[in-house]
Amino acid sequence: MTSSPILSPLPDAQAQCEKLAELIRPTLTPNTALIGIFSGGAWVAERLAALLSLPEAPGMIDISFYRDDFAEKGLHSQVRPTQIPFDVNDRRLILVDDVLYTGRTTRAALNEIFDFGRPERVDLAVLADRGCRELPIAPSWCVWNLELPDRKTGLTLCRQTPDNTLFWKVECHA
Amino acid sequence: MPDAPLPPQNHTPQLDARGALAHLLCIEGLPRETLTRILDTASSFLGLADREVKKVPLLRGKSVFNLFFENSTRTRTTFEIAAKRLSADVINLDISRSSTAKGETLLDTIDNLCAMHADMFVVRHADSGAPFLIAEHLRRMGYDDIHVVNAGDGRHAHPTQALLDMYTIRHFKQDFSSLTVTIVGDILHSRVARSDIAALSALGAGEIRVVAPQTLLPRAVASLGGASCGARVFHDLRKGLADADVVIMLRLQNERMNGALLPSAREYFQHYGLTPEKLALAKSDAIVMHPGPMNRGVEIASEVADGQQAVILNQVTFGIAVRMAVMSMLAGR
Repeated sequence: MTSSPILSPLPDAQAQCEKLAELIRPTLTPNTALIGIFSGGAWVAERLAALLSLPEAPGMIDISFYRDDFAEKGLHSQVRPTQIPFDVNDRRLILVDDVLYTGRTTRAALNEIFDFGRPERVDLAVLADRGCRELPIAPSWCVWNLELPDRKTGLTLCRQTPDNTLFWKVECHA
Repeated sequence: MPDAPLPPQNHTPQLDARGALAHLLCIEGLPRETLTRILDTASSFLGLADREVKKVPLLRGKSVFNLFFENSTRTRTTFEIAAKRLSADVINLDISRSSTAKGETLLDTIDNLCAMHADMFVVRHADSGAPFLIAEHLRRMGYDDIHVVNAGDGRHAHPTQALLDMYTIRHFKQDFSSLTVTIVGDILHSRVARSDIAALSALGAGEIRVVAPQTLLPRAVASLGGASCGARVFHDLRKGLADADVVIMLRLQNERMNGALLPSAREYFQHYGLTPEKLALAKSDAIVMHPGPMNRGVEIASEVADGQQAVILNQVTFGIAVRMAVMSMLAGR
């Protein structure tokens, strides 16, 4: 997929979830399980589990305790408990996130998953890849490659209440 | 090194200029949001015990020194477990055999440990204010990245015990505002009571009651935990227990028996010991707490301590998660 400049209007995140589900579908086995990274990745994982009619609820992971910038930035003010409602040993896991950026969140999530056990395989599914990787990490599936002008521009997946519709927001941080 | 000037409007060294927790010395002066954040963070650590690897890497490479100038098994052990589950290196100093016993001053001991690149001190001391003294000393010496956790100082404060008590209450009762909490026992000598009252007050508990004989109550009991707290005083345990949601029993220290404060353990139990019959006066779903170690048959009957309403062992488990939360918030501020 070629990288596109920032689009206006932004792509439909709901439709992107459906596209991601179709990319994943051919690889599904009875041993596959999803783990979403809080918060955007967890929402996408919930959507994927429904679209793929998976029998198990996805695991939800909060990587706050595994961040590599803890010494500089401290704990996130809202840490949520990681909940993985299945045994990860020998499972084929799909780690789900909304945006892939530096790769540090993915690394932290992998470290946390391996504290629960030893999965057979871990794949990475993301809605958006905004580049600027700082670690040798690549997604197994991605539906939107994009370029953002600089590091101050944030791409965030949001969830609308009460219907839980997912949508994108681009913000410039001062 | 010359003394650094005191930061303006910051008389408690436990908060830094930005209002972040630099040390945990007492509950007084901490905003409700800080207490709530500690409890919320602790709940995320609680699930760690179920994992294959019961550790997170937050304090990897950090050295935590347990400085227990006063004996304690439970508190020291839970601090040690908490620090180890955060991947810290833990050094337990046997103070009774250390240089302090040979005449070294407290602050000389601290300076030596700083020279060994300590990152955190967990301090228990028989003298009220010792952890404050250490925190102030570290500030004057320019050691802003070394943190102090008060693990109990004299009669003054035991903030992590209060936080784990609040965690326990919130776990079983959710909302503080509708609760009646009765604290029974030696309020006069109890740092747990002081910190509990301050925390309950900050978290907006509905009614705080203290029950004790006159000889075991401080003169200014109404101002305990800050002027706004207004604990109600009872001398009759039955009246103090009526319709309570939470009952916190305090340990009666043996040495109090030998003084003139109390006639005998037997008589104390008769008037202030928690028995099933007295507990029945509280709400039917009331929980019974105790900071340990318990004196069965002195402040609490075995039937109550081992009964359905006791959450004393839950307190111990929650204590590890709460201490992990405190240490990780200090190290990563």
